[in-house]
Amino acid sequence: MVSLGGVLAQLLEIVLALLLAPLLSGWVNQWRAWLQGRQAPGLLQPFRVLHKLFVKESVVAESASPLFRLAPYAIFGCMALACAIAPTLATDLPLGPAADAIALVGLFALARVFISLAAMDIGTAFGTLGARREMMIGFLAEPALLMVLFAASLISRSTSLARIVEALAGQDFAIHPSLAVAGVAFTMVSLAENARVPVDNPSTHLELTMIHEALILEYSGRHLALIEWAASLKLFAYSSIGLALFVPWGIAAGAAPLAILLAIPVLVAKLAVGGMLLALIETINAKMRLFRVPEFLATAFLLAVIALLVHVLLGA
Amino acid sequence: MLPLDWILLILAAWLLIGLAGVAALRNTSFVARVLFPLGAAGALAVAAAALAALFAGPQTTILPIGLPGLPFHLRLDALAAFFLLVIGVATAGISIFAAGYFRQGEGTPPGLMCLEYHVFVASMCLVVLADDAYAFMVMWETMALSSFFLVTANHRVEAIRRAGFLYLLVAHIGAIAILLCFGVLQANTGDYSFANMRAQQLSPLWSSAAFLLAIFGFGAKAGILPLHVWLPEAHPAAPSPVSALMSGVMLKTAIYALMRVAFDLLPLPLWWWGVVLLGLGLATALFGVVFSAVQTDMKRLLAYSSIENIGLLFVGIGLGLLFKAHDMGALSALALTAALYHVISHAFFKSLLFLATGSVLHATGERSLGKLGGLIRRMPWVAWLSLIGVLASAGLPPFSGFVAEWLLLQSFLFTTGLPSSFLNMLIPLVAAAVALVAALAGYVMVKFYGVIFLGQPREPKLGEAHPASPLERLGLLWLAAGCVLLGLVPVPLIELIDRVTRVLTQDGIAATVSAHGWLLLSPTSLERASYSPLVFLLAVLAVVYLTMLVVHRFYHGQLRTAPPWDCGYPAQTARMQDSAEGFGQPIRQIFGPVFRLERQLPTPFDPRPVYRVKVEDHFWHWLYRPLASLTDRLARAFAVLQQGRIAIYLLFSFVTLILTLLVARW
Repeated sequence: MVSLGGVLAQLLEIVLALLLAPLLSGWVNQWRAWLQGRQAPGLLQPFRVLHKLFVKESVVAESASPLFRLAPYAIFGCMALACAIAPTLATDLPLGPAADAIALVGLFALARVFISLAAMDIGTAFGTLGARREMMIGFLAEPALLMVLFAASLISRSTSLARIVEALAGQDFAIHPSLAVAGVAFTMVSLAENARVPVDNPSTHLELTMIHEALILEYSGRHLALIEWAASLKLFAYSSIGLALFVPWGIAAGAAPLAILLAIPVLVAKLAVGGMLLALIETINAKMRLFRVPEFLATAFLLAVIALLVHVLLGA
Repeated sequence: MLPLDWILLILAAWLLIGLAGVAALRNTSFVARVLFPLGAAGALAVAAAALAALFAGPQTTILPIGLPGLPFHLRLDALAAFFLLVIGVATAGISIFAAGYFRQGEGTPPGLMCLEYHVFVASMCLVVLADDAYAFMVMWETMALSSFFLVTANHRVEAIRRAGFLYLLVAHIGAIAILLCFGVLQANTGDYSFANMRAQQLSPLWSSAAFLLAIFGFGAKAGILPLHVWLPEAHPAAPSPVSALMSGVMLKTAIYALMRVAFDLLPLPLWWWGVVLLGLGLATALFGVVFSAVQTDMKRLLAYSSIENIGLLFVGIGLGLLFKAHDMGALSALALTAALYHVISHAFFKSLLFLATGSVLHATGERSLGKLGGLIRRMPWVAWLSLIGVLASAGLPPFSGFVAEWLLLQSFLFTTGLPSSFLNMLIPLVAAAVALVAALAGYVMVKFYGVIFLGQPREPKLGEAHPASPLERLGLLWLAAGCVLLGLVPVPLIELIDRVTRVLTQDGIAATVSAHGWLLLSPTSLERASYSPLVFLLAVLAVVYLTMLVVHRFYHGQLRTAPPWDCGYPAQTARMQDSAEGFGQPIRQIFGPVFRLERQLPTPFDPRPVYRVKVEDHFWHWLYRPLASLTDRLARAFAVLQQGRIAIYLLFSFVTLILTLLVARW
């Protein structure tokens, strides 16, 4: 069942994700700087930051338990697997059947629980504050993401991500009303989950607003590098899922080597456009007050449920 | 010897163990080190016999105890065997833990506890085995009474006595409904055996009446809305092994009984029964999880989380009924498989977590979350094993809770085939709510674990907390191993559950599941859905290992410890961490109308500022208090009759006699 070609394609996909993810973050930062009229850092800046952090020694709080040191690796592992099962290049990969859309959501939740627990481990004021906020966002965003994936699953009659892509890409071009609504919900969820501007701002340490940064405040050196890398992998995974659901064309059906090689430039082009759009959204929006975030996410959740209902009502 | 005989033998042995406990009433070390481990061995034997019974056909026997001409009928079929398996495996872990846990204290002496404990476990087994209403009711009441005495073990505490009273009250209101339900089921034949009830063809009206009575009666035991109020009082009041037994195991007997009545005793279900169960289950699950997020007592938090899980079980059963009513056997089997999987998974993780709170309680003497913290450094065994329970409880892969959740969500996704458009509209909403509940459970569990085990100790005395005893660890290890194993290799258990669903719905999913090998879980076809927890875990572990290797190889593994940074603020104290109230604050904010909040805020000029918040249940205020005061008033009104003078009572008798004569003559 598992062929050598399949394994190679799987490895290629993981390595590509590991390399492209920081690039995507760099690309978004670059566009954000340009759109805001600033001089942009180079595209490779995230790699330089990662290298710098890996070189530095890790400073760990005296009161830290082993959980604190384990968490960055666990989170990194979860995100790498998420990138491996999200169909970015081909649909027929060996790890595909190991986890479907529901397990993917579970994987994100697992990483979230680990990072929140690690943040609570030191017992600082900011750590617990960040954990609480992260879990608050999580419990609204997670069901919303699940409902978006359900809407796609109902259309393709499968929760396997690969089958969803095949079903959506294989049919004649048609706009599913349910997918259109789900797309809006997905965009909102992705912004929240990836600590993007209307919900969180990755480039501030302001105590009133920070979420992601509060969680990782105590991390340094290689641990911080792994968490930052995992964060960019998460953005990459979400982008891949979004592309797979809403622009599924160009992903190789099967594991033919040529088709997979052809899929790489298509993926890069799609990610480039997606990254620009993300930078645009971040630029034209203001950061929300924290108390507005539940409303924002509840809206996303409701939209996703409406997408399901639209599917049931219209059968499309 | 047949499995049923084995089980009866072990039940008798449990009684003997209990009596031996009474003989050695205050000999704590004998009771704890000898009797409880023996009981645990018995529990394992019950589990083994139940496993054998799952492969054998149904067996019946008649126990010549009870009233003359009314013996106990017992029957061991696949459904009973599955629940016996759950009781056995969970009780084994709990008894081993109890062996290290019970010690001489105030209240009930350990020997008597031993008797009550083993009678409780044995009565649960007999509830599951009963094959007539009489045996069932006797055992149901024995279960309620023995657990009542266990709950009130520490009866010198006023709050515990009140909790025990409330428990007994609701249990008996429920028992009345169950009795009425059996009355309806036997359809005036006067024969209360389950075999006779199966043979009756009730009209839709009467079968619905029986069904609603069953929901009420068994719902009272399970803690379904609005009969849940006793659960968060009684479960925390009991000693921790008993809490574990009640939450992890006893609630399942109610689930068993509901399945027995709804799928076995009653004729083909009506479709709206499923909708009723779905609605009740969802309301209960949401209510339970939201309330558990704002609790500040660790055992109450777990009790509310049990309410949530029971709600999810009701949702699964409701979905199964809905499909069965529409003659969709395979889907009904899928939904029931999800429910039954959750039954055993919940038995493992909830027992584990309750026992862990017991260890924490013993080590620190503290139940309030606001006074704990940082215990992962003092009690690493308990902390790491509870982490497994917490992850399973939060429904995260690759642990047991996720498999059940995954199966349940899968069964939702197939519902579009239902012939009614109303149901088709309803189901996505239910699925969304279930997803919300599952996500909130993650919130609750992070709060539970983070506040107890992580961070800095919130009280100085926590520095002296001692690690759990070896027997306690063994009990926790057994239950944690269950959570891991059920999460990693779900297929063998599903093959076992298949034998149960074949009894209940004449259909099962094992054939399709087994076709893909034991590694891959795929309930219908690979095209539709698949999940392989072992591959999942191995992939994550491989990435983690490789990353560690690469990072250490190409860079370095240097580490320096320093005081926490916390944005450079030096005067950190443990009091600046989130309290349990603080961690629940977003939930209070978002779900405000669900609670009755009483808040006392300090003014800026208070020299000793105090913040107090009290979260109450609307049901107490709007349902139970009015009912209680109504009962009180009625009782007072009737008290007029009670004059205390013999002349008045003679007058009553005289008037009654005259009235009777008049009626008789007329």
